[in-house]
Amino acid sequence: MSPVTSIVLNGEPHDGAATVADLLERHLGTRDPRGVAVAVDAEVVPRALWPQRALADGSVVEIVTAVQGG
Amino acid sequence: MSVTISGRELGSALFLGTGGLPSLALLEPVLAAADPGLVTVSVRRTSGLQEGGLLDLLRRSGVPLLPNTAGCTSAHEAVLTARLAREALDTPWVKLEVIGDEASLMPDALELLAAAETLVRDGFVVLPYTTDDPVLARRLEDAGCAAVMPLGSPIGSGLGVLNPHAIEAVVAAVSVPVVLDAGVGTASDAALAMELGCDAVLAATAITRADDPVTMARALRLGVEAGAAARAAGRIPRRTTARASSPTTGRIR
Repeated sequence: MSPVTSIVLNGEPHDGAATVADLLERHLGTRDPRGVAVAVDAEVVPRALWPQRALADGSVVEIVTAVQGG
Repeated sequence: MSVTISGRELGSALFLGTGGLPSLALLEPVLAAADPGLVTVSVRRTSGLQEGGLLDLLRRSGVPLLPNTAGCTSAHEAVLTARLAREALDTPWVKLEVIGDEASLMPDALELLAAAETLVRDGFVVLPYTTDDPVLARRLEDAGCAAVMPLGSPIGSGLGVLNPHAIEAVVAAVSVPVVLDAGVGTASDAALAMELGCDAVLAATAITRADDPVTMARALRLGVEAGAAARAAGRIPRRTTARASSPTTGRIR
């Protein structure tokens, strides 16, 4: 049985995930979304590392994309 | 009328900000009418991919993207936002905004310079949104910024170029391109910026919040072209007295 972890995703508490790719699959429906970037604990995780970048209990994750703006 | 920034020739000296458009459906005709050299986008948290339409549309248009750090209030936030934008959009170009005051939306000069230094070291092509202060502009150029983007007047105010002498001083102070950013309200503001020696003009809400954004996009493009042509032509000096243009000899008495 995997341990229950929690993370902070885009400023809100969420259940944890094993890797960045797992988290993206759960929230965006794909492990490799285009036009998206991810930071874990204020460090950008390059796209190529999403499948292996592990998340820990308490990891602070940002998932961002482009929106209309000045 | 093109402009070259960091060795890259951009097809137009009008840059388009995408903020404020009432609907994404308007973006395509606005892009066609403005024919911009760069298009800005912001980077925000997402919980879905509903924004995907924007990027697809911009990529189809082929116009180079300029992600911004709008809304950041510290160098730390701006640097992380720029790095996320580079990863998401696959471009090292960034319009660096570090806002110091929510009421005026004026840049925080110290945080701006600190963020610029970090991002230049990190390989970014940095275009900082700055005040119309020639000293700060020179500091930003010294830090390695690829251009400087002084404000004509506060963001979204539509007040135009409130201090043309300061903009001229910025143009004289730096050798990198000067892009007038913020405050443009209508075509004559864009023309004036170019007449003052700016190399490009960035307009967002002047277009996107106009009653007819498509027609205003065309008007600003023409304004930029007109101002650039007038600058190149060399205007007559201002005089405080009249100077007749017709011959003063042979008048009927």
